[in-house]
Amino acid sequence: MTQKKTNKTTIIGGNKTGTGAAHDSHGIEAVDAQAVNSAESRELYKSRVQIYPKLAHGLYRKIKWLLLFATLAIYYILPWIRWDHGANAPDQAVLADFAGRRFYFFWIELWPQEVYYITGLLILGAFSLFLATALFGRVWCGYACPQTIWTDLFIVVERWIEGDRNARIKLAKQPMRGQRLMKTVFKHAIWLLISFVTGAAFILYFHDAPTIASAFFLGKAPGSAYLFAGILTFTTYSLAGLMREQVCTYLCPWPRIQAALTDEDTLEVTYRGYRGEPRGPHKKKDSWEGRGDCIDCKLCVAVCPMGIDIRDGDQLECINCALCIDACDGVMKKIGRPIGLIAYDTEKNRLRHECGEKPSFSIIRARTIAYGSLIALIGALMVAGLSTRSTLDLNVLRDRSPTYVRLSDGSVRNGYLVKVINKGTITRQFEISFSGLSDYSIKVVGQKVTSEKVLVLAKADEVRNVKMYVTLPKSQISVSGSSIPITIEVIEQVADGKTAETQSNKSVFMTGMK
Amino acid sequence: MTDKPELDEHSGVYTTGHEWDGIKELNTPLPKWWLYINYISIVWAIIYCIFMPSWPGLPGMGYFKGLRNHSERANVAVALDKLQAARAANAQSLTSISLDQVENDPDLLTFAMAAGRSAFGDNCATCHGSNGIGSVGYPALNDDVWLWGGNLDEIKQTITYGIRSGHDEARFSQMPAFGRDELLSGSEISDLTELVLAMGGSDHDQSAAARATTNFEEQCSICHAEDGTGDRYQGAPNLIDSEWLFGGSRSEITETIANSRFGIMPNWEQRLQPWTIDSLAVYVHSLGGGE
Repeated sequence: MTQKKTNKTTIIGGNKTGTGAAHDSHGIEAVDAQAVNSAESRELYKSRVQIYPKLAHGLYRKIKWLLLFATLAIYYILPWIRWDHGANAPDQAVLADFAGRRFYFFWIELWPQEVYYITGLLILGAFSLFLATALFGRVWCGYACPQTIWTDLFIVVERWIEGDRNARIKLAKQPMRGQRLMKTVFKHAIWLLISFVTGAAFILYFHDAPTIASAFFLGKAPGSAYLFAGILTFTTYSLAGLMREQVCTYLCPWPRIQAALTDEDTLEVTYRGYRGEPRGPHKKKDSWEGRGDCIDCKLCVAVCPMGIDIRDGDQLECINCALCIDACDGVMKKIGRPIGLIAYDTEKNRLRHECGEKPSFSIIRARTIAYGSLIALIGALMVAGLSTRSTLDLNVLRDRSPTYVRLSDGSVRNGYLVKVINKGTITRQFEISFSGLSDYSIKVVGQKVTSEKVLVLAKADEVRNVKMYVTLPKSQISVSGSSIPITIEVIEQVADGKTAETQSNKSVFMTGMK
Repeated sequence: MTDKPELDEHSGVYTTGHEWDGIKELNTPLPKWWLYINYISIVWAIIYCIFMPSWPGLPGMGYFKGLRNHSERANVAVALDKLQAARAANAQSLTSISLDQVENDPDLLTFAMAAGRSAFGDNCATCHGSNGIGSVGYPALNDDVWLWGGNLDEIKQTITYGIRSGHDEARFSQMPAFGRDELLSGSEISDLTELVLAMGGSDHDQSAAARATTNFEEQCSICHAEDGTGDRYQGAPNLIDSEWLFGGSRSEITETIANSRFGIMPNWEQRLQPWTIDSLAVYVHSLGGGE
């Protein structure tokens, strides 16, 4: 904790006398940072080299702090928000209720048969990711991916306990006892605590949050809750605490996929070699003539959480977190050169510059139009679907064992299980009617049918199963074929002046005739 | 072979120290992840042996029961008790009201139907077929033909005590074996067959049927009624409908008259709980033929 201060003065601070490293200049001391994961030093079968990312300051770091705070807040707070979903339904705003077979998202309630909305959401998510990647490269990786968010959070803890880069490196060289042991234990304890909270928050999305939270600590929660909390605790701890950049480089398929999604117009974190080279140490009084702006301070390497050197160009490891931009801009300001030696830029503009042309950005191009219109189309479909979504559904299952029953007087009976699905929030009455048959009689299990009108009540959020038997007299059978197409309709019974919802299903009546 | 392990410069790994016909082998270490999982498994196995049932055949105590005293058998018993407790309220209300009332209570009906369906599958479907479609000798339960009555109480009585089950309350009747016991001659039996075929509206020999009229009145009408419509008090089938329990062909009817055929249904009073029988009655009644 105290190291933080020391660090700042050592690395960035006003070491104006220039008595530090050999190529100290402008008060910037070159960092002895190695791009441990650069292509040059990369070897098959090489053990992982620990990275000690240095804290960066600047615009992108600020944006990342903001996103870190916002996304974590959403993740931990969302399940606690209450929302009235009507009778017979839980009052949690966001809930994947597997036990009750419902998915709730604020005003939206989805039944299992409407899972295509979730498919739509996933497609929408995929195309949004494609679009963002086509425009801005790996912004998802750099700013919003849980792996980045939680790794950042874990590094915050690490920095708080062990200090910034240099202090951490120093500490790692000490034997594992005394202060180092204490700090290490403390750090891992906090990590595990965060991991546990992460895992425990995950299960809140699948159960009523206050209930499961108390049941969890009383040992009364279902086994799956403990299992998933355990799995998430383990993955959070190991992925964000121990594995970090290896997840992005070795486990995640996204770095490979993104190569196909970016093109020469994609904004990516770029080292403008034409401006920076030839690099080298620079003394304050020296001229900038005949050399590049890069003073080779390696601050961009020191802040990199992936252990690469952005000056080597576009690399698979780079998650486009833009921390090197922050680091470099800070240095450029200090040495009085224009910022943007490392900046978001496109491949095309780098080439244009070589030809002496002016930079040009084309945001609207074939692939962004394609992704954009697909997003608009699917989004419109989903909005249309959700806004016109019926709160009444009907499923008719005809008896198949046996398909028909011949009665003693020669008449034939078919059985139907009519499922009236009331997705509404109140109890409603419905009339079930058959069309396509004449001279038939209806029998409903558990109900005295006085006329041909069958009325049923369906409670809020309920599937009302109505078992119906339809009997056709012998006279009708003899003139019909082997099966008669019928339509079963369910009509909501409402007070005058209100629109009634209706649904219909097609089925057949099997006569048993050849 | 006691050669000393030597460092292989190319790979940086020591050899095993052995040499076979000039061939040396690198002592490549096991992959760390594999080795650690192996160690963890060993530790886990020891912990498991302490807490869970392990080590059979210990003198004096049978098997070692483990500190957790875990028993799957006990778990099943607990789970079954839980199930009974969960069903207790519905079971209680099911038995406390008449079955007619059950059919008018949607919630109770749903419960009875679900319980009845599974009980039917476990106990009844073996003979009566799934969904009560029946087969030769085993009545179909989904049509409108009932030997002993098809209202809820009659169905419940049949299930509770059975038919010819030996229970004191069981439904009982027995058709004589007219041929085997030599009550009627062969020709009389074949004449009667023609008459029964005539009653059912099938092709028959009219003169033979006419000859059997007297025998039918004397021997058959007591149970099957003079018009052949049967009698539910005695479980005597209706002979004039088109439904046949043991088949309606000439040879099948002759066989029935000559040797007498009837089935036995066990009583379920002692095997099933009262509420299960109630559920079964409701379920069977709902199969379509309920009266």
